[in-house]
Amino acid sequence: MNELINLSIKEALLLLNKKELSPIDLIDAHINEMEGARSLNLFITETADLAREAALSSEKNYNTNEARPLEGIPFGIKDMFCTKDIRTTASSKMLENFVPPYESTVTKNLWDDGAILLGKLNNDEFAMGSSNETSFFGAVKNPWKNSKKNITVPGGSSGGSAASIAANIGIASLGTDTGGSIRQPASFTGTVGLKPTYGRCSRWGIIAFASSLDQAGPITKNIEDAALVLNSICSYDKKDSTSSNKKLPDFEKSIEKSIKGKKVGIPKEYNMDGVSQEIISYWEKGKEWLVESGAELVDVSLPNIKYALPCYYIIAPAEASSNLARYDGVKYTHRVDSDNIIDMYEATRAEGFGSEVKRRIMIGTYVLSSGYYDAYYLKAQKVRAMISQDFKNVFSEVDVIFGPSTPTTAFEVGEKNDDPIEMYLNDVFTVPVNLAGLPALSVPVGLDSNKLPIGLQLIGNAFDEESILSFGRCIEKSANFNSTPERWWKNE
Amino acid sequence: MSIDNKIVEKIAKLSRISLEDNEVNDLSLELSQILDWVEQLSEINTDDISPIFSSFDDAGDINLREDIISDGGYRDKVISNAPMSEDGFFLVPKVID
Repeated sequence: MNELINLSIKEALLLLNKKELSPIDLIDAHINEMEGARSLNLFITETADLAREAALSSEKNYNTNEARPLEGIPFGIKDMFCTKDIRTTASSKMLENFVPPYESTVTKNLWDDGAILLGKLNNDEFAMGSSNETSFFGAVKNPWKNSKKNITVPGGSSGGSAASIAANIGIASLGTDTGGSIRQPASFTGTVGLKPTYGRCSRWGIIAFASSLDQAGPITKNIEDAALVLNSICSYDKKDSTSSNKKLPDFEKSIEKSIKGKKVGIPKEYNMDGVSQEIISYWEKGKEWLVESGAELVDVSLPNIKYALPCYYIIAPAEASSNLARYDGVKYTHRVDSDNIIDMYEATRAEGFGSEVKRRIMIGTYVLSSGYYDAYYLKAQKVRAMISQDFKNVFSEVDVIFGPSTPTTAFEVGEKNDDPIEMYLNDVFTVPVNLAGLPALSVPVGLDSNKLPIGLQLIGNAFDEESILSFGRCIEKSANFNSTPERWWKNE
Repeated sequence: MSIDNKIVEKIAKLSRISLEDNEVNDLSLELSQILDWVEQLSEINTDDISPIFSSFDDAGDINLREDIISDGGYRDKVISNAPMSEDGFFLVPKVID
């Protein structure tokens, strides 16, 4: 049973296609693990019965040789994706009982390809957070304890999506990434996390946080699986006006492409104060691995990148304040009654939203308010244009940009809750990528002296996921990261 | 830029979020810290820069579909998550005296 949960997508498909493995046994193994890991608080809603039913049809499809590309593969889905007739909460009290009458496009793509939903995964409330501690349903625990044997955070906001893959529950998961919410938790949990180019995946049916930055993507055990999931979830969708109709490559084929002669940009600004020396050493090792594989290092500069975080913390809250205006006690399940409609709005939103969400709505409202719009919001959009131009300049001479995913490894639960800005600094390497709409991935490379995973980040030019996949595969092979967390949660 | 309690109360009103007194105090401190921190953007000269509102602006044209009805007729589904509804309508407190 235990061996089944270790399988990657590719390995499982191989056995399923040869009929050496039944999708029913595979699902049962994962359901068993899911139910035995409740102390990690990974899932908000488990869908074991539906998963078993789906596995029966998968078995039929294998028996009649009609198996689809991801037939029978169990997925956990971040609770930001609307799933038809299955509760979808955004980890907020506001949507505690919300049952969407429709399915998001990316999850529909997965189910059409035969994948099976295992359950809905915990995240930071409305995807706002970097530690998965802002969830109304409680913090997610990282399967990786630190060397003091203390519980650490899995990162956020896709904390459940990353932690579940680190714990071998579900073979792959979906997250969303607005400022690093796939890559940072992947880095904290020793998993692969990929944010596609803005527009590659439809945003239709994803609960909106900051619409000009949000993008769905996979968290997987390895690079190859990330490519397989991309092949399924990326599509042009008429229901999202910012969905791209660019031709889709076969991402699986790109992973073994040689990087010989390709150019890797090393941004000098990424060598900043406050970054763990151990992460910097792995970055150095990573550069050597790429050179050994025939790539050429190029020193590059992204001069405005130091302004990316303050820029993001104007734009993202501004968009959030607008997107979250819809939760008014009228349409979405939660209401605090009052005789006066304004009082009803205010009481509903006061009770339904947690403190980080309120903080961001208020910042966003302020920077968009009359008299401050030009000084904050418009200014930030101009800085965004400069950051985007910095990337364009660099990509005119290199194929990928290479650096750390995060400044530190996972921290302890409660460690960074007093100061919002200190929490925001976690995303210093990931946020610039969202502002420019580029694809990027985090790949695990090793453990630090605190016994916690380190991830490195590859950033690609717009619509060039293929390069980050082939470079990522190269790093993955050289790093040969095969550590796994002790399975302490089984006894709790 | 310092945010005092009065400004916090005004933003809360605009955001339609009621706040307890202790929340107003905490938020005036936190919002001041955050706004002081984002203030560093004023260091950069952006006089000749055009703002961008989406990274999609230059990745391709926004895809607009034809303006025809292609979907709909889901009144009951739309209403199904409302905290209060009647005869296919959302119910709200009385708004006109």
